[in-house]
Amino acid sequence: MLSCLRAAGVLLVLFTLLLGLAYPLAMTGLASAAFPRQAGGSLLTDNGTVIGSALIGQAFASDGYFHPRPSASGHDAMASGGSNLGPLSKRLMERVSGHLAAQPSPLAVPADAVTASASGLDPDISPANALAQVARVAAARNLPADRVAALVADHTAGRLFGLIGEPRVNVLALNLALDKMPAN
Amino acid sequence: MSFVGWLQIAATLGLVLAAVRPLGRFMAKLFLGQRTFLHPVLSPVERGFYRAAGIDPEQEQTWFGYAMAMLIFSAMGFLSLYAILRLQGFLPLNPGALPGVAPDLAFNTAISFLTNTNWQSYSGETTMSHFSQMAGLTVHNFLSAATGIALAMAVTRAFARSGVATLGNFWVDMTRAALYVLLPLSVVVALALVAFGVPQTLSNAVDATTLEGARQTIALGPVASQEAIKQLGTNGGGFFNANSAHPFENPSALSNILAIWAMLVVSAALPITFGRMVGSERQGWALLSAMAILLILGAALVYWAEARGNPLITALGVDTGLGNMEGKEVRFGQAMSALFVAVTTGLSCGAVNTMHDSLTPLGGLVPMVLIQLGEVLPGGTGSGLYGMVVFCVLAVFVAGLMVGRTPEFLGKKIEAREIRMAVLAVLILPLVILGFTAVAAVLPAALSSLNNAGPHGFSELLYAYSSAAGNNGSAFAGLNANTPWFNTTLGIAMVLGRFAYVLPVMAMAGSLAAKPRGQASSGSLPTTTFLFVGLLVGVILILGGLQFFPALALGPIVEEVLMHTSATF
Amino acid sequence: MSRHATTGPALFDRAILLNAMRDAAVKLDPRKLMRNPVIFVTEVVAAFVTLLWLRELAQGTGTPGFSGQIAAWLWFTVLFANFAEAVAEGRGKAQAASLRQARSDVQAKRLLDPDSDDGRYERVNAQTLERGDVVLVEAGDLIPLDGEIIAGVAAINEAAITGESAPVIREAGGDRSAVTGGTTVLSDAIRVRISTAPGETFIDRMIALVEGAERQKTPNELALSVLLSGMTLIFLIAVVTLWGLAGYSGTEVSVVVLVALLVTLIPTTIGGLLSAIGIAGMDRLIRFNVIATSGRAVEAAGDVDTLLLDKTGTITFGNRMATEFVALEGVTTTELAQAGLLASMGDDTPEGRSIVALAKAEFDLQEQEVPGAVLVPFAAQTRISGLDIDGRAIRKGAVDSVLRFAGIAADRAPADFRQAVDRIARTGGTPLAVADGRRLLGVIHLKDVIKPAIRERFAALRAMGIRTVMVTGDNPVTAAAIASEAGVDDFIAEATPEDKLAYIRREQTGGRLIAMCGDGTNDAPALAQADVGVAMQTGTQAAREAGNMVDLDSSPTKLIEIVEIGKQLLMTRGSLTTFSIANDVAKYFAILPALFIATYPEMSALNLMHLGSPESAILSAVIFNALIIIALIPLALRGVAYRPVGAAALLRRNLTVYGLGGLILPFVGIKVIDLAVTALHLA
Repeated sequence: MLSCLRAAGVLLVLFTLLLGLAYPLAMTGLASAAFPRQAGGSLLTDNGTVIGSALIGQAFASDGYFHPRPSASGHDAMASGGSNLGPLSKRLMERVSGHLAAQPSPLAVPADAVTASASGLDPDISPANALAQVARVAAARNLPADRVAALVADHTAGRLFGLIGEPRVNVLALNLALDKMPAN
Repeated sequence: MSFVGWLQIAATLGLVLAAVRPLGRFMAKLFLGQRTFLHPVLSPVERGFYRAAGIDPEQEQTWFGYAMAMLIFSAMGFLSLYAILRLQGFLPLNPGALPGVAPDLAFNTAISFLTNTNWQSYSGETTMSHFSQMAGLTVHNFLSAATGIALAMAVTRAFARSGVATLGNFWVDMTRAALYVLLPLSVVVALALVAFGVPQTLSNAVDATTLEGARQTIALGPVASQEAIKQLGTNGGGFFNANSAHPFENPSALSNILAIWAMLVVSAALPITFGRMVGSERQGWALLSAMAILLILGAALVYWAEARGNPLITALGVDTGLGNMEGKEVRFGQAMSALFVAVTTGLSCGAVNTMHDSLTPLGGLVPMVLIQLGEVLPGGTGSGLYGMVVFCVLAVFVAGLMVGRTPEFLGKKIEAREIRMAVLAVLILPLVILGFTAVAAVLPAALSSLNNAGPHGFSELLYAYSSAAGNNGSAFAGLNANTPWFNTTLGIAMVLGRFAYVLPVMAMAGSLAAKPRGQASSGSLPTTTFLFVGLLVGVILILGGLQFFPALALGPIVEEVLMHTSATF
Repeated sequence: MSRHATTGPALFDRAILLNAMRDAAVKLDPRKLMRNPVIFVTEVVAAFVTLLWLRELAQGTGTPGFSGQIAAWLWFTVLFANFAEAVAEGRGKAQAASLRQARSDVQAKRLLDPDSDDGRYERVNAQTLERGDVVLVEAGDLIPLDGEIIAGVAAINEAAITGESAPVIREAGGDRSAVTGGTTVLSDAIRVRISTAPGETFIDRMIALVEGAERQKTPNELALSVLLSGMTLIFLIAVVTLWGLAGYSGTEVSVVVLVALLVTLIPTTIGGLLSAIGIAGMDRLIRFNVIATSGRAVEAAGDVDTLLLDKTGTITFGNRMATEFVALEGVTTTELAQAGLLASMGDDTPEGRSIVALAKAEFDLQEQEVPGAVLVPFAAQTRISGLDIDGRAIRKGAVDSVLRFAGIAADRAPADFRQAVDRIARTGGTPLAVADGRRLLGVIHLKDVIKPAIRERFAALRAMGIRTVMVTGDNPVTAAAIASEAGVDDFIAEATPEDKLAYIRREQTGGRLIAMCGDGTNDAPALAQADVGVAMQTGTQAAREAGNMVDLDSSPTKLIEIVEIGKQLLMTRGSLTTFSIANDVAKYFAILPALFIATYPEMSALNLMHLGSPESAILSAVIFNALIIIALIPLALRGVAYRPVGAAALLRRNLTVYGLGGLILPFVGIKVIDLAVTALHLA
């Protein structure tokens, strides 16, 4: 019994040192040496200021920007999470109806435009969702719609080897490119 | 559903399959005490650990000694983790200056990580310091998984050996599982994750100024190192609240494939280890096949259900060609979300890349059933294997009689004592899940935590206790579980689901090890054939699942029916 | 054996059925039912529902018509289960009754001075005899108790226990000295030393066994009971918690319906038939004239991996074949073989043909048409055959017949001739003499012939995974020849009892179960060591004590049937368990929609069988659950069909019939009952 306690205690301490400290610290060192950008959070900077992470969705509300998916956490990157509303939820139906009413679109609204993402920080929207927003963005920016549509096409990522991943558009990257777009 | 989607699922499972044989054989060598290619590097560490801890690696333990060692180790782990969480405010590596964790939450969390459940009543970003995440949670991610593997090896030896009283040495098995299996795999997976975009830094958060001029504070931390073991050890406790749906935990389709691979690989390889150690690798493949059949069926059902979309939302005029996107991420798509849902619950992992609460009724039914079937498809690291062995014992018992012999599995006669222990083990899940759910379903203090009304609210309760008792950790996360009632009862459910399950299993192992190992003949029940695999699947469904049918009828099943009548709650 | 398979009452004897009905009611005593947890739970809830029904009647609330019917069918479920057990027991009881007749009030003649030749005795009641007493049993007397003959020889009628009226010879000394109480001496007088106390005799034990009075659960039955209890508990949890689970949606679940759900889900089918299956298994053995001293032995028989079979009588017939020519002095063996061949050309019996075959094979002789030769065919009266050619008369046949033919008196025959005849006779062979006119040429040695189809039998056993080992006193060469011809997997030649014991121990160390039969006292250790030891009824008391089964016919071949009966017992248990468990799926689909339909009318989507109303659905499920027990009683008593095929094939078949069948049948059955219930306006 006593030897059992000793074995348990000593192993717990040693493993805490090895797995709890040495392992994550070594990984941190290795990662910052080998993949400094990713290890630091894939941050995007504009003139030295951090404007966000390429991986983290942000809120965009103005008509001149493409809008991300609805976020249950209001794109708070300190509090991720989904709506957790069930498929028969009245609140879900109300929210979806609200989105539909707020953003009338001549095109059929794709599902991802009115449903909250799992993380609340989904950086992507579907290409259909982006295209449905082209008219609004182009109008707000006084740009020809086809140029905006072309920009969307440029920022549409496909499947790796035609297999891995889903077609998607990174909203922050698209909006950043939009800002950099020379006026005509 | 699309062809590409099925192809994605097939390719991912193919990658797992490719790794299963080498890893299974590696572990067999390791736990048979043979030298592996990692020994030159790691055996000095291993020996050093034994010397410091006063462990004689040659000294074997009976089932009782083995189980006691495991219990003592777990109890001590619980106390130290509880202390770390409570004292977090005074400990280093706390850049966010977070205070100590509340008693009921610390209890729940400590139990949760100790039992390999990793149910999260807390939100990682705002509750846990880096020290708690690293020295507390990450350590137990390793150790609880290593403990599971050790127990599985003890049970394996019960079949491999003949007429002996001992099952191995817990300290040795646990140490080897952590050092030779989990740690090296974690290092590789963690680096790959960083390459795919998962952060690994000691800084806490970074402030960003958005293009619209708003401020966004982005939480950061040593994510990759924890993420790797979270998946490999089928723990599932995420660094962030959104778990594997969070773009920092799972940034891309590639990282998603890696996450699924890492979740599955150890649990899928262990049956092969089992097979090799008992002298019939075919037996291992048979077990794995039974696991795979149900898991793939589950994934296919989720994929089908989710790709249909939510008819209520379609009715509002939304194009649901993308399927049900509520609670899903665009980058994963329906196929790989569905596979993740099935894998994380077929395993007792509990990581989520999809909010299960927002799945369609049938899509949500599947993970619940996969958990209730006993977490054996292929189940948690180690716990899945010994759970499967229990089902094998039951299947062999009924089927063995049908061929006119006293049932035997791998030459070991299955008699009253084994059946008593196996029954005690399978009794735990219905008792805990249905018992607690029945109380919570009529308890106002519990009902006030619900996020959804109608049958879906009931599903949240049923899912929570299934997840806790099955040591899964995923949730219908709308339920606010951070209340004294849930923290306490879920904690108890987790303890019972782990220890009250494994103790009879170990007793069974002890009794089996003592039996002589008979030789198989053409009169013995063949346990490596497709027929047996089918039988095993049937036994898992009927003995493991039938008792939950009434409860499921009141939750997801009636919800599915109601969905087609456009009812809302 | 077919003759014995019909001893004992028919499967459903009228008297037995009537008695069983009465016994089924007696068995309602909860103290007795406790042994069977599944049925006990059913009885408890039946009583509970009955109380509810009475309350509803008294208060005029609820639906007493419905509750009453449910209560009635729950009681029927219990009664049907009891009935199954009672029928199985009844068959044994009938057998016991006939055994008892042999035991009643026997008067014994106890010798006053057993150590002398003095024949004075006193008449005492057999029940007052003690172990060690010596009694005189004369022609026409019943042997009072089990014992051993210490003097004399007698013909004894053992029909009381074996059902066979042909007398057997018992004599003092050797392996035929044991006598059984209750059997009758037909001729002569013997002195018997009593070896058992009254009430412990073989017949007493047989009575106890066939009555099932001392029936204890066998190991496998115990394990299965544990599983069934566990399942009962699991479904108890599922049903009790349903109260709270349904409370979430405000559904008031009727207790009667919950009870109905519980009883249909718990494995009442196998729970109700389990003990009947066990008793019937023992009964099947008894009908084969084999008495097992414990149920454990019957189960072990199903597990047997290796059969130790005596060669003679099991593998070979009494029929023999030529194996050797023993030439007399001055005669070459080839000459003898040539004469044997010629003399046997007129003998078409297997033995004659075997001589021709041996001569051809060993001496390269040919069967040739001899012109002018006259064949003397074999005749049963002369027991001689031969050939007349060129004035020579070559004969072969039974030794005395040939000697008579040659005109030689038996005691005047040459010494080496007599020695050869003696040696052959001594080793169990049959000697045939060969003569050419008045000149004796030699002796032909005839030996055992292997039974036809025994090879296939062994192949079937091999397919079942059972190794056969031939035990013989032959030398290794002969044994090997017979072994390979018979297709046994192994043999023990020149076997001594010690060899047998050693062989059994070796096999058991390798994790195998062994069955053997034996009759001699020196077989006793091996019989005791074997997992299934079948003692011959003709054997010694020691052998009968050591074995765990006694074969009343003393037929060593029976070992194979015993194994099959053991397997059939286990198969029946497994198949009905599978059936019972598989039934649950359909019952869920009958009762669950009915349970929740008030709260969620949409649940009717789960009513796959389109049952008439919630009440009729529940009632139909309960009725099906009760009736299926009755329907399966014949199967439980008769046992599921057994075929000597491999385990994989057996599993496939039984899984299809009882697993898949168990899944589908209740869907049909419940629907049919529902149609009837609805048509009769029962619910």
